[in-house]
Amino acid sequence: MKERYNSGKFLLEIAMAALAVLFLAPLYLVFINAFKRYDEVLSSTASLPESFRLSNFVTVWQQIHFPTAFQNSLTITVISVLGILLVSSAAAYQIVRRPGKLSNIIFLTILASMVIPFQTMMIPLLQVAKDFHLINSLYGIIIMYLGFGIPLALFLYHGFIKGIPIELEEAATIDGCNTFGVYFRILLPLLAPITTTIAILHSLWIWNDFLLPYIVLGQKSNQTIPLASYVYFGEYMNEWHLALAALTMAVIPVIAFFLLMQKYIIQGITAGAVKG
Amino acid sequence: MKQALTGKLSGVAVRPAMRRTSLRKHLIYFAFVSPALLLFTLIIVLPFFRAILFSFQDWDGISSHIEWAGWDNYRTLFHDKAFLKSFLFTLKYVAVGTILVNITGFFLAFALNFALKSKNMLRTVYFMPHVIGPLIIGFIWQFIFTQVFPNLADLTGWGIFEKSWLALPNYAFWALIIVNVWYTAGYLMVIYIAALQGVSPDLLEAAEIDGANSWQRLWFMVLPLVRPAITICLFLAITNGFKVFDLNFALTKGGPFGSTESLALQIYQDAFSSNQYTLASTKAIVFFVVLASITLIQVFVMKRKEVEM
Repeated sequence: MKERYNSGKFLLEIAMAALAVLFLAPLYLVFINAFKRYDEVLSSTASLPESFRLSNFVTVWQQIHFPTAFQNSLTITVISVLGILLVSSAAAYQIVRRPGKLSNIIFLTILASMVIPFQTMMIPLLQVAKDFHLINSLYGIIIMYLGFGIPLALFLYHGFIKGIPIELEEAATIDGCNTFGVYFRILLPLLAPITTTIAILHSLWIWNDFLLPYIVLGQKSNQTIPLASYVYFGEYMNEWHLALAALTMAVIPVIAFFLLMQKYIIQGITAGAVKG
Repeated sequence: MKQALTGKLSGVAVRPAMRRTSLRKHLIYFAFVSPALLLFTLIIVLPFFRAILFSFQDWDGISSHIEWAGWDNYRTLFHDKAFLKSFLFTLKYVAVGTILVNITGFFLAFALNFALKSKNMLRTVYFMPHVIGPLIIGFIWQFIFTQVFPNLADLTGWGIFEKSWLALPNYAFWALIIVNVWYTAGYLMVIYIAALQGVSPDLLEAAEIDGANSWQRLWFMVLPLVRPAITICLFLAITNGFKVFDLNFALTKGGPFGSTESLALQIYQDAFSSNQYTLASTKAIVFFVVLASITLIQVFVMKRKEVEM
């Protein structure tokens, strides 16, 4: 049945477009006000700025050490995600291909842990982190993200590997490939679609995460983008022009990433949700 | 690991060569699984059990001596007005939020499931807020509520914009709900779109020929068919609602007068602002038990009602 484009659809289209404008309004307002002087923001938020000058962005860039924050966010996200992918896929591989009591217990325990909210572990985690010297360092928080990221990744890999026929791996073994070879040369390439999904879900989460870095990354030199933007929303904050420039700078990288990777992000979100 | 190893070997008399390959296999298993297991234990299992232990102790997080408290912390919770208030707020937030977010998400998906010309672009726009972090979202809306709304009041003269939304308890609640809908609806929409695309148009056409009007088709056919997606979306909305922190932290900080303090936020404040480590841990354990029970019940009930096509 091919649907016809009639006047009803046209009206719906107009209504949905109007709603979309409303959806975008907050982002638009933040964006245009980021170019204004302080008094301009206060006098009217709806008007366009007198001129699109970049001075707010320059000030914020220097004040929050934006390049450092960006680099920290990138380092933490990329290394954590790569680590999660490697560690979880390896574990899922053996758990699926070597079923048994032990595999079952490991899998179910890790699966069950997904209902534990972060706040439940947060306080003792800080103690554990102090004992293991994971506080105030990028590598420390990366290790924590590895721990927190494993359950969902392992669960998604587990489901995907179960659907891959074992014959390919057996053939490779007969041809003289050892387990590591099978994993790296045969399995990992086959896992590409689910790896993309997991990478996207985890990248967005880690990049945007606030509370964990807030409690474990002390020094300014370790700050991530959300932490850096938080500076403008402290106790004696009133510099809206700078705050808005900081928000714009925090939003642009994720929006750019989203627009570039849109197809994969939407696929990933759907796949992740349906299986999670 | 070791137990499983010896358990497998002891029953049968195995020749040394076989024993070697079996040992090799176990070592390989260990090499693949242990990194994940080690990290999982260190970051999740250990803190989780320590949290349970903390909930039975009395400690301010600083002194070197930790006292045993038994069930005292749990008893305190029943009389802790702030905790009960926060608990009620969280329940209300989850209930209202879950319903509105799902209705909006489903409505967006339903509308975009028609052959609209701009539907890909619209989907992009509605989903976009969800890629921005909730902390940044909270700050963006703080600007909207405190700076843009007064301007809108001047422009339109509408009373609703004149209120200070983040300073009045009732309005602050709805402010959080509005932002929650704006942030989450597009996410659930994506899941609902995927489900709606799986509903066969032939089936709906057949029902139309049989005289079912569009309302009946939606209520008696489409909704039951997308039930798995409803289960998932309710689950996501409920768990995310319970865990709300960043949004709450950035938008109202629990104010005015603690009227919008979510459980997650209160646990954070107790632990790090007032150094009540063990009381906060107790709250965290109760929080976990409530969340786990509610989500398990929800999934269990919904799964039973799903129809297979």
